[in-house]
Amino acid sequence: MDDLLSEFLTETSESIDVVDVELVTLEQDPTNKPILDNIFRLVHTIKGTCGFLGLPRLETVAHAGENVLGKFRDGELVVTPGSVTLILAALDRIKEILAGLEATQEEPEGDDSDLISQLNIVASGGTIDEAAPVAEKAAEEDDMVLPEITQSSNMLPGQVSLEELEAAFAAAPGPDDEDGDDNLAADDSPESEGAESQEEDLLTRIGGAEPVKVIIHLFHNRILADASVKGLMAGINTRDSKDKMGNFFTAHLSGRQDAGPSVSAAFAGFISHGITEEQNETICKLLTSVLEEVDLPPLEVDAFVETYRGISVDILAEARAASKSNSKKDKDAAGTAKKSGENAVANQSIRVNVQVLEDLMTMVSELVLTRNQLMQLLRNSDDSEFSIPLQRLSQCTTELQEGVMKTRMQPVGNAWAKLPRIIRDLQLELDKKIDLQMLGADTELDRQVLEMIKDPLTHMVRNSADHGIEMPADRLAAGKKETGTVRLNAFHEGGHIIIEITDDGAGLPVEKLKAKALKNELATQEELDEMSDNQIQRFIFHAGFSTAEKVTAVSGRGVGMDVVRSNIEKIGGTVDLKSIEGKGTSFSIKIPLTLAIVSALIVKCREEKFAIPQISVLELVRASHDSEHKIEHINNTPVLRLRDRLLPLIRLDEILGMADTEEDEAASKEDYIVISQVGTFTFGIVVDQVFDTEEIVVKPVAPILRDLQTFAGNTILGDGKVIMILDPNGIVSQIGDSMNDTTGFGMEEEETSKKTKDEREAILLFGAGGNDCRAVPLSLVARLEEIDVASIEKSDGKPVFQYRGRLMPLVTLDDSYQLKEEGRQPVLVFADGDKTMGIAVDEILDILEDEIDVELSSSIPGQVGTAVINGNATEIIDVAYYIEKAFGTLGTSSTSGHMGIRDQSHLLLIDDSKFFLNMIKPLLSAAGYKITAVDSASDALRLREKGEDFDLIISDIEMPDMDGFGFAEKVREGGIWQKTPMVALSSHQTPKDFARGREVGFDDYVVKLDRDSLMSTIVEQIGKTQNAA
Amino acid sequence: MKNENRDFVTIRLSGQLCGIPILSVHDVLSEQKITAVPLAPSAVAGVLNLRGRIVTAINLRERLGLDDRGEDNKNMSIVVEYEGEPYSLLIDSVGDVLSFPEDKFERNPVTLDARWQGVSEGIYHMEGELLVILDVEKLLNFGTNQATAA
Repeated sequence: MDDLLSEFLTETSESIDVVDVELVTLEQDPTNKPILDNIFRLVHTIKGTCGFLGLPRLETVAHAGENVLGKFRDGELVVTPGSVTLILAALDRIKEILAGLEATQEEPEGDDSDLISQLNIVASGGTIDEAAPVAEKAAEEDDMVLPEITQSSNMLPGQVSLEELEAAFAAAPGPDDEDGDDNLAADDSPESEGAESQEEDLLTRIGGAEPVKVIIHLFHNRILADASVKGLMAGINTRDSKDKMGNFFTAHLSGRQDAGPSVSAAFAGFISHGITEEQNETICKLLTSVLEEVDLPPLEVDAFVETYRGISVDILAEARAASKSNSKKDKDAAGTAKKSGENAVANQSIRVNVQVLEDLMTMVSELVLTRNQLMQLLRNSDDSEFSIPLQRLSQCTTELQEGVMKTRMQPVGNAWAKLPRIIRDLQLELDKKIDLQMLGADTELDRQVLEMIKDPLTHMVRNSADHGIEMPADRLAAGKKETGTVRLNAFHEGGHIIIEITDDGAGLPVEKLKAKALKNELATQEELDEMSDNQIQRFIFHAGFSTAEKVTAVSGRGVGMDVVRSNIEKIGGTVDLKSIEGKGTSFSIKIPLTLAIVSALIVKCREEKFAIPQISVLELVRASHDSEHKIEHINNTPVLRLRDRLLPLIRLDEILGMADTEEDEAASKEDYIVISQVGTFTFGIVVDQVFDTEEIVVKPVAPILRDLQTFAGNTILGDGKVIMILDPNGIVSQIGDSMNDTTGFGMEEEETSKKTKDEREAILLFGAGGNDCRAVPLSLVARLEEIDVASIEKSDGKPVFQYRGRLMPLVTLDDSYQLKEEGRQPVLVFADGDKTMGIAVDEILDILEDEIDVELSSSIPGQVGTAVINGNATEIIDVAYYIEKAFGTLGTSSTSGHMGIRDQSHLLLIDDSKFFLNMIKPLLSAAGYKITAVDSASDALRLREKGEDFDLIISDIEMPDMDGFGFAEKVREGGIWQKTPMVALSSHQTPKDFARGREVGFDDYVVKLDRDSLMSTIVEQIGKTQNAA
Repeated sequence: MKNENRDFVTIRLSGQLCGIPILSVHDVLSEQKITAVPLAPSAVAGVLNLRGRIVTAINLRERLGLDDRGEDNKNMSIVVEYEGEPYSLLIDSVGDVLSFPEDKFERNPVTLDARWQGVSEGIYHMEGELLVILDVEKLLNFGTNQATAA
């Protein structure tokens, strides 16, 4: 393609993108002069360049648009949504023509007269109603759906004929219309002829192109003769000007504006010399006199002059623009305006073909690899003379690499440029009010990555606006602001870019999604029941899962979130969502900064080395039989317990088919576990050995190997060996789709806590005085510490020590227990809210997983009872008791009073604090109750839907989402729990709360941590119902 | 009839003499360090580094259904290009470059093993021996063939 043309195309599409955005801004802030000036300038440039390159169709469209913009700028027209829509339609048309131009290198055929006529009508102060058909037409042609803004349009698309246009144009009052005394001879022309001649175009009526030439010749002579205007022709070749002006008028009079030269070409002299309105009037008069001189009928004279007046509007506008840019240049020279800075920047940047950058990047990649190899050689030979220059080379390479990377960085805002326009169009089309906020638009990321996320982003924003934001009326009804917000936020986070798309709309309807999932057989009812809301909402990432009930023009075109997800995952990114029904939805996209050079961890599995991209590695754990961490097996599935979390493990040798199972067990004396994360799914990859990290250049694998999901590519290491790069995404999807869609470990853990039967818990075993083994659920323990005995102080006769800047009370299991005299004292640290306390113990024995089944409840304060753990009778300590003891909220009390009840009453316990749940559960089960514990009201209501029956419901009051009051109201509204006694738990104990609790349906109210009264209340309430029954 | 000669690099595979058109041969390599690729099709021996390019090594014996060669023998390889990607064909040994007139060319006998049929262009007579001409394109598009078959 012609260099000039291709440059023009790039520049123009950039300008148009800017205008797109700026126009939308202008619409919201019509008085913003700098924006308007900028838009005008850009459109003007487009028009000017078109004229220069000889692209008449583009030029006329741009010209007509510029006309309207000029009126905005001069304050003659008010910026209205209608007129902006029209200009946007013009821009779309320009884009269309540009696309054609790019494809064929020629302007595509097409008729823009309808659009131009509408623009001209608007420019001449016409109303928007008439402009509607254009908008519709544009809508048909363009994928971008433009809103219908007409209310009373009586025209159909394409009905606006050229004649009508000409008439409308001529009839419209000019900006400074002054008829003068031209109409004197109006009556001379015969009526019939006049009427008839209206049908023909003006050129024919005048007598063709020849008379026009004569007129223009005379016109030039008159101009040059008139002192006040002859300056306008200074420096202009008269013959040239005559030709151009002649052709121009011939074209315009015949209604084919696009055929002749441009206004700026034909009236170059007028424009460059900054024609004033007065001078223009003189020109008009001169023209009139010339026309009368050649004996043209008065009607034609009028029409001719009006045509010129119409054009002169542009001439004046251009003249103003030209003089303004002149004056601007002067200002720049003085260095006063802010613009100068921008210009300076513009002058310091050059356009480089992307391919050049790509090639450069490839070369740098090769350089990095070679550098790595050299460094490896250097490491192997001691004290080489090469070492100094090689280090310098290495340094330079690194800097070069960074520099080249920088050239590829682009602000993420580039991918957003189209969004304001999309949102604007959506607003009109859907009749919604949407506010688009864009934060962090200057966050930079790799060009390649940017290209890849552009479409997914657009799709998601469109989705948010279309499906997410409700209709204004619905919003008001829901107690929200009428205007919905879609917010984009981009920021860096540890080698990643996070882009969040948040809307405050309706959120994702869980029930609908459930139904759909069932229908599409993505899950069974049982599975769905087990799932959290979030897991269900994540179904939208499955193929063919559009929640929109009806397919709108805007979204639901069959491209769903599954495509979005796969696109993002293709570039090693992840996408996640949070949605609260009624409150809104938030998507979060996490993508790597760059794809080409990544830092990778080199691991070894059997005899082969592999690279794992550093970004997907969370941490490394060494596991062996005698270390803190070891690989355990649940039904032959290896797992790792890491800080209270149970991580599923994947053996790399197994998934790579390299394992020989026989010697497997024996061989794995020591393993390294690479903890990595895919989406929210955290898992460990078991490898044999871990080496260092290395900067690697990801090279695609040969086509034959491309089907292997396990590998993201391959690369050459410093030692010259080829190494395969593992793709954690692929690994996860390889071990099963079910795994891929589990929403992370935290979720599963919650689920297990919901199941009261067969529950295995991590239990901490410790010894503290005597030979008894004691235990506490590990989930209750905040930390394990060893403190220096010397640091233990006494406060009020009780031992305390300073812990993380605060005083922490230290309690002993019983009063006879003696703290160590010297050395270090092991302490179990417990935390409940802001209260922290430590229990002094002798030693920590073990952590294991077992079911806590309290077989003997204890009468000793501080003990829940005795359970068989790991085959030994073990005392389960009652943490709540010690917390009370440490903080003195309760005196010594015993739980013995409640021991008699072993009727297996089934209690439902709802509290958002896991700590509390864990603390009170063993207590209640020790008292003989069957406990089902959930951590949110909505989970509880789900149990109700499943038909689970309880003898008593104990609910916390302060909970996120739905609080205890709301929950009680729901329960009392109806359903199987309507009559179930309910006890409220709260840390507040004002009479008002008590009253409100009773009002919404709680039968009793107990203060948290008051175990005695909780116990007695439970007995009382259950007794009541049993008596009643 | 053209009298132009065609040149072939001759190789040996399990005793059989084969020829590869010389113009498609980029390199002849002695034994290289090859990184095995787990889970890859069996004919892919692995990947290797050839002057900074990553080359996929194809085990020709496996590809042609021949017995595996003992590990003691050193593999040589011939680097060819297919669809812009370099491949290294592992072979037993490399022989001379031989030139044959066009008229000595013969089609494959129909009784030839199907696997060989699929990758061979035809045969040249030599004194006391036959030279099977291997078609690089056919040898290497097996990935797609297999994919469609599966």
